[in-house]
Amino acid sequence: MLKTFSLGGVHPAENKFSAGQKIEILPVPEQVSVPIAQHIGAPSEPVVNKGDEVKVGQLIAKSTGFVSANIHSPVSGKVFKIDEVLDASGYKRKAIIIKTEGDEWDESIDRSEDLVTEITATPEEIVKKVGEAGIVGLGGATFPAHVKLSVPPGKKCEVLILNGVECEPYLTADHQLMMEKGDEMMVGTQILMKALKVDKAIIGIENNKPDAIKHMKDLASKYEGISIQPLKVQYPQGGEKQLIDACIQRQIPSGKLPIEVGAVVQNVGTTVAVYEAIQKNKPLFERVVTVTGKSVSKPSNFMTRVGTPLNQLIEAAGGLPEDTGKVIGGGPMMGKALSSTEVPITKGSSGVLIMPDKIAKRPKMEACIRCSKCVTVCPMGLSPYLLSTVSDKAIWDRAEEEKIMDCIECGSCSYTCPAGRPLLDYIRLGKGNVGRIMRSRTK
Amino acid sequence: MNVVLITIISLGVLGALAAIILYFVAQKFKVFEDPRIDQVEEALPAANCGGCGFPGCRAFAEAMVKADDISDLNCPVGGADTMSATAAILGKEVAAADPMVAVVRCNGTCENRPRITEYDGATSCTIASSLYGGDTGCSNGCLGLGECVDACDFNAMYMDEKTGLPVIIEDNCVSCGACVTACPKDIIELRKKGPKSRRIFVSCINTDKGGAAKKACSAACIGCKKCQKICPFDAIEVENNLAYIDYNKCKLCRKCVAECPTNAIHMVNFPPPKPKVEKPVEEKAE
Repeated sequence: MLKTFSLGGVHPAENKFSAGQKIEILPVPEQVSVPIAQHIGAPSEPVVNKGDEVKVGQLIAKSTGFVSANIHSPVSGKVFKIDEVLDASGYKRKAIIIKTEGDEWDESIDRSEDLVTEITATPEEIVKKVGEAGIVGLGGATFPAHVKLSVPPGKKCEVLILNGVECEPYLTADHQLMMEKGDEMMVGTQILMKALKVDKAIIGIENNKPDAIKHMKDLASKYEGISIQPLKVQYPQGGEKQLIDACIQRQIPSGKLPIEVGAVVQNVGTTVAVYEAIQKNKPLFERVVTVTGKSVSKPSNFMTRVGTPLNQLIEAAGGLPEDTGKVIGGGPMMGKALSSTEVPITKGSSGVLIMPDKIAKRPKMEACIRCSKCVTVCPMGLSPYLLSTVSDKAIWDRAEEEKIMDCIECGSCSYTCPAGRPLLDYIRLGKGNVGRIMRSRTK
Repeated sequence: MNVVLITIISLGVLGALAAIILYFVAQKFKVFEDPRIDQVEEALPAANCGGCGFPGCRAFAEAMVKADDISDLNCPVGGADTMSATAAILGKEVAAADPMVAVVRCNGTCENRPRITEYDGATSCTIASSLYGGDTGCSNGCLGLGECVDACDFNAMYMDEKTGLPVIIEDNCVSCGACVTACPKDIIELRKKGPKSRRIFVSCINTDKGGAAKKACSAACIGCKKCQKICPFDAIEVENNLAYIDYNKCKLCRKCVAECPTNAIHMVNFPPPKPKVEKPVEEKAE
């Protein structure tokens, strides 16, 4: 019996069309728009001006606090302007627009393919360097990685858990990365272990990727302390709390962070970025993006520079199919429909999903029949039907009592609702308001 | 017979005892309440809309009785009549507040502002605005899902199906501000009703640069500052590519209305311009 998390969950059709597609390097775009808010936390502050020459990997926006991240130029060329650009948030926000000229990398970046296994940096240096390189959680949550690596005083990290689950249907970016950059990932894991001062790391992989499990197991046998944990396919296993539950059977108390149970979770993609930052001095300015969908002629995994417009990826994957109904940034469960295909790729873009018109539309909303399916599938043990109603009726104290802030927004409730109710939409609304009320109370 | 008598007497004594106890308890725990609160509450419209900033008419009445200076307090629903009536009860002075009315500062009708995407989520402006800027190119404008109409307790609003925008029924609007709070885009504003209900306002809140605003909506304010230049009373200010008319300075001369290249400045309740008397064309003599 394979391990999985203990509460709720769903198993949507996997549809991993792009599985096994080699990571293709997307040509450098003619122009990039790099948003200054690509991570959770304070937006960065641009340090370049219009007309400045920049090189690949040069710092262009500085982090403005502990929970914030540096941003580096993904191309070489001239800063065309700093302007408001429509991004994946659906709003126009500040971005640095750079016109590409050639592809000149910063001299300090080691561009060779050689694997550097010897780790010379001290734990403090690693955390500092990860922060400088602007590394954020590449699974999609974009939480600055150095914050997670800084274990608060009084707490002790016992185990590092790496997320190779990729529980979102359709997406294959992490899967492919494990197949192609396994060695780098192993060294990256060792670096993270050193930074966290732990001697144990578990890489959780769902067993719909048997090739990745085998490949990683072979590699892990060469390194000390790293083990592979095959997991039963169940959404949302990639959620931090679910993954910890599945791997080490510890449950995080409501409102607390993983460090409470002695665990730190990082995505496998982040691990490769950490390897590149520490061993190759390469900051985070590119990532693997899956472009996929039922009607897409060439589902692919692309190594893409941050700031590349979405339509360039769609073109490279065979163009926008005629029957397109929705273009989603991210996976089908947690991703968000985009209002334009010109929005730039950011550090958090794990995939671009093109849904045919037939299946893209939401079902008509009907009355709740109290079937309690949403309660059964909720991985956090909440009552989504109730939370959505109290949010709609603005009964915020009740929403707080019912632990609305525990919701991880996985969307299992909306997915399973036979009445087609947009439960998560209302819960998000409630979370926003309750969060605001709670913050104003502590002030 | 005896039994009946005993029953009456014993019950009577019990009743009298209870009455005495209750009388003393009531004296002991008596809470003094200013009788004027009841009087003031009586004079208020009993709409309990919260437009005054207090939770209901009773709370407002209490605040009025308590306050020494009531010039800051105003019941927008009752207006000047109610306020002078309550002031008379309390023997206090009341400042004459200008009657206000809600205005919708968006003219992005289906015709002016073409839809470029389709919204497929929950019918709630707040949810839609948390997801993206809206189904048109303008990310400031009305989303058309009618949260303001739901918030109105006075039947003073409806959604115009043709334009996709909310319409305010002026006669019913009591300027309680419920729609202003409900709108996540801050489109609705309470403005001075104006003499004979005539007023002028900029019906747009788009802060994009001129070209982008115009591309998204043909009725958008493009921030050209023409109105600011022509205004003889310095009532118009253009900030962030958007003009705003200060209703306290505006003298309703309507020069800006004619000047605006996109017709973003609206005038309400002015009589239609007199038709020009055309000179009869003299027929040529044959």
